[in-house]
Amino acid sequence: MSATIHPSLAPAKDVAVAARLGRSRSRSDVIARTLSLLATAIGLVFLISILVTLFFKGFNAMNLSVFTEVTRPPGSNGGLLNAIVGSVIQVALGTAIGTPIGMLVGTYLAEYARGSKFGGVVRFVSDILLSAPSILIGLFVYSLLVLPFGGFSGWAGVAALAIIIIPIVVRTTEDMLSLIPNTLREAVIGLGSPKWKMIVLVCWRSAISGIITGVLLGIARIAGETAPLLFTSLGNNAWSTDLTQPMPSLPITIYSYAGSPFQDWIELAWAGALVITLAVLGLNIAARSLFSGKK
Amino acid sequence: MSGTMTEQTGQNASFGGMAARSSAELNQTARISIRNLDFYYGTNKALKAINIDYPEKQVTGMIGPSGCGKSTLLRVLNRMFSLYPGQRATGEVMMDGTNIIGADVDMNELRSKVGMVFQKPTPFPMTIYENIAFGIRLHEKLSRSQMDERIEWALTRAAIWGEVKDRLNSSAMGLSGGQQQRLCIARTIAVRPEVILFDEPTSALDPISTLKIEELIDELKRDFTIAIVTHNMQQAARCADQVAFFYLGELIEVAPAAQLFTAPKQQKTQEYITGRFG
Repeated sequence: MSATIHPSLAPAKDVAVAARLGRSRSRSDVIARTLSLLATAIGLVFLISILVTLFFKGFNAMNLSVFTEVTRPPGSNGGLLNAIVGSVIQVALGTAIGTPIGMLVGTYLAEYARGSKFGGVVRFVSDILLSAPSILIGLFVYSLLVLPFGGFSGWAGVAALAIIIIPIVVRTTEDMLSLIPNTLREAVIGLGSPKWKMIVLVCWRSAISGIITGVLLGIARIAGETAPLLFTSLGNNAWSTDLTQPMPSLPITIYSYAGSPFQDWIELAWAGALVITLAVLGLNIAARSLFSGKK
Repeated sequence: MSGTMTEQTGQNASFGGMAARSSAELNQTARISIRNLDFYYGTNKALKAINIDYPEKQVTGMIGPSGCGKSTLLRVLNRMFSLYPGQRATGEVMMDGTNIIGADVDMNELRSKVGMVFQKPTPFPMTIYENIAFGIRLHEKLSRSQMDERIEWALTRAAIWGEVKDRLNSSAMGLSGGQQQRLCIARTIAVRPEVILFDEPTSALDPISTLKIEELIDELKRDFTIAIVTHNMQQAARCADQVAFFYLGELIEVAPAAQLFTAPKQQKTQEYITGRFG
């Protein structure tokens, strides 16, 4: 057990061998490092060029009328006000509908269905929904709410966005509740509390910052969704807050303007893209700081 | 109904612990009487034919090596095991004339009478005031001033009032480990239980905090019947009036603390308290 090592067990003192080994090792190191740096550089080049182009073209096209004027025919100094308001309405309502459903499902999975077969099925379905192509969800809502009710509507868009955010909230709620130690649950039950009070008054309170983070990331995700809105709220070039009518939204407006032949529309599309990017960036930063602040 | 039961248990002192309970130290009235209790985790039998009385307003220490069933028994007394499907108990656990492991027992009411303090402090993520008020609100509707009074009483009884009285509205998570544990004790006694269960309450604490909790337990037994599970035999010797030694799911011996530690009747107890295994 002492620190002395028997001479025959000591590392080889052969200087030449050691040098050769060292050289081969540093060669491998150089190769691995170069490849990693190269891959990083390629990734960064694309990312930065996208962001630089977006910021450059977006800021050039940005002016006050983007936020004060509604979409107009080409050449008449329109803005994106109706699209921004339409997006805010649909995202807000979609979140308002999807969040409570997602939280309750996540709570069911974490607090009531641990280890149960049905819980496993629900979790599996929710995870599939999480990675389902969003255009499928658009088509689903199209056949459920658009065809039977005779037309595109803001409500259909809201429904599609709510369906997309639900599995995100389910996942975060379940994950955050699972982090709570069982001893805390037992401490609440040990005071004579019914289970629902334990969940509402203690478990949710413990998990709330994590759940809000998940909701913010979910909002960031649905704010940029285009495909599910194509079949549901369709888009609208006029000012409209009537949810029973086709409703404008930022992603749809960007989609149709960017593909148009009109220079001022294309510029507006860049401005819209910048607005969305900054909003999503803001949400991500808010989510991160909230989570790290409370943890 | 409860009267008959008390009488019954009073005369019913005819099992292993009889000599102990008839000694001058121990209270004759049993607050909880366990007869022929078996406990199962699924098909695994964790407690075998347990018979023990918990004397009123005295401290019963429960010792034994890990996995001997002492914590399991504690969790029977407030039906904590009922949270987990697959765990079940059979036999008699009589308290106030009711078999508390019966199917029709109101567990929330039972847990208001049998409070529990856990190994690790478990403050709720709310203010110190709200931590104490939480349990009270589950069972009683008090006016603001009554609530304030009760909270001060509970915190005082738990020997932490002086340390927290100026910051009742700050988060309980900011307290030290020892303070958190005393807060949890205050939270438990605020509900005004009759029995308090301690599950290794000091194993996560430093020696000074441990000493404070032990002094507190000694002081609390004036009003409460106490059961404490501990790995620390000195702690059992310091705190307990009656000590029960468990081994492999069986109650080997129960006796007044002085007797169990100085003149145990069973060979196994002797070996355990002298450190030959466990």
